[in-house]
Amino acid sequence: MGRFHRHTDGTVHEHEHPDVRHDVGDHTGYRESGTVRVEVLENLLAENDRVAAANRLDLERAGVRCVNLMSSPGAGKTTLLRRTITALSGTLQLGVLEGDIATSLDADELASLGAPVSLVNTSAGFGGECHLDAVMVRSGLGRLALSDLDLLVVENVGNLVCPAEFDVGEDARAMVYAVTEGEEKPLKYPVMFRAADVIVVNKVDLLPHLDFRMDRFLGHLRDVNPHARVIHASARTGEGVDEWCAWLLHVHGTPTQRG
Amino acid sequence: MCQAIVDTVTAHASGRQVRRVTVRIGHLRQVVPDSLSFAWEVLTEGTELAGSELVVEHVPAVVECAACGERTTLDWPVLVCAACGAVDVRLVSGEEFQIASMDVAEEVP
Repeated sequence: MGRFHRHTDGTVHEHEHPDVRHDVGDHTGYRESGTVRVEVLENLLAENDRVAAANRLDLERAGVRCVNLMSSPGAGKTTLLRRTITALSGTLQLGVLEGDIATSLDADELASLGAPVSLVNTSAGFGGECHLDAVMVRSGLGRLALSDLDLLVVENVGNLVCPAEFDVGEDARAMVYAVTEGEEKPLKYPVMFRAADVIVVNKVDLLPHLDFRMDRFLGHLRDVNPHARVIHASARTGEGVDEWCAWLLHVHGTPTQRG
Repeated sequence: MCQAIVDTVTAHASGRQVRRVTVRIGHLRQVVPDSLSFAWEVLTEGTELAGSELVVEHVPAVVECAACGERTTLDWPVLVCAACGAVDVRLVSGEEFQIASMDVAEEVP
């Protein structure tokens, strides 16, 4: 039977066979050939979650609410944000933490509309990561004057998989999904669809030209996430942008006329 | 992801020779065991963890139903009770992403 004991570093381990002596084989590499099982039980995202909690605390102290905005590449996050900055101008000071693998194209575009933008290029020192994690967001937060902001939107790297795994310190998670991506993606990428509090179904102006069946998509979505709010929108025409902005105001805590 | 395992294990090993590392991954996590094993070989090459084995322990997705109280296992990422079909379920397991244990060469007392 194993015998548990605790080391000074806090790890607990058990000898699997303390009474068996290994007298055969080559033992020149080490004096004992026994193997000890060390219980670790450490969450692999523990470090990320610690930094996310620090981000959340900093944002809360500065009175800033934070939304993590995720989607696949080309779903329309930046176009929606461009509309959002214009629509909320004068009501709410919006800041953007822009995550892109490379280039400052999106960041430059949003900054030209008057929103403070902090760019995190994940290829510069972060190994070309396909998502933002709490540490990268922390470095981006350091370049923003948080006390000047009401709401911060973290525009994550375009990717339907990895961003959903990392808490960055946000208050709510939003996802942009383009109808050109097909009906079945909620079942194929359930982690992100399940993580989202709101899903902006974008590019609805293209529906007459597509075979996309909204009822099928919504059925799949409800299967993986029965609670998410759905907003039908076209960032190109502006349809649904009011409803999206009302949701952002709700996250911020501003009373809206629509309730 | 795999680098996080390497870092955590290296810290816990504190110089001891590591032979096997067991990670526990929930069914609902987007982790491919073969990719993880491949990444493990690449990342440990030339380090003190070289030659160690990575064992991936799969944790099934289990939900508990608020309506009928049954605990059922899911194959599909759709969160419904397999007993009564209700969607008001609480996830009991399936989101694990944890280093469970590691086997190290026994220390000389």
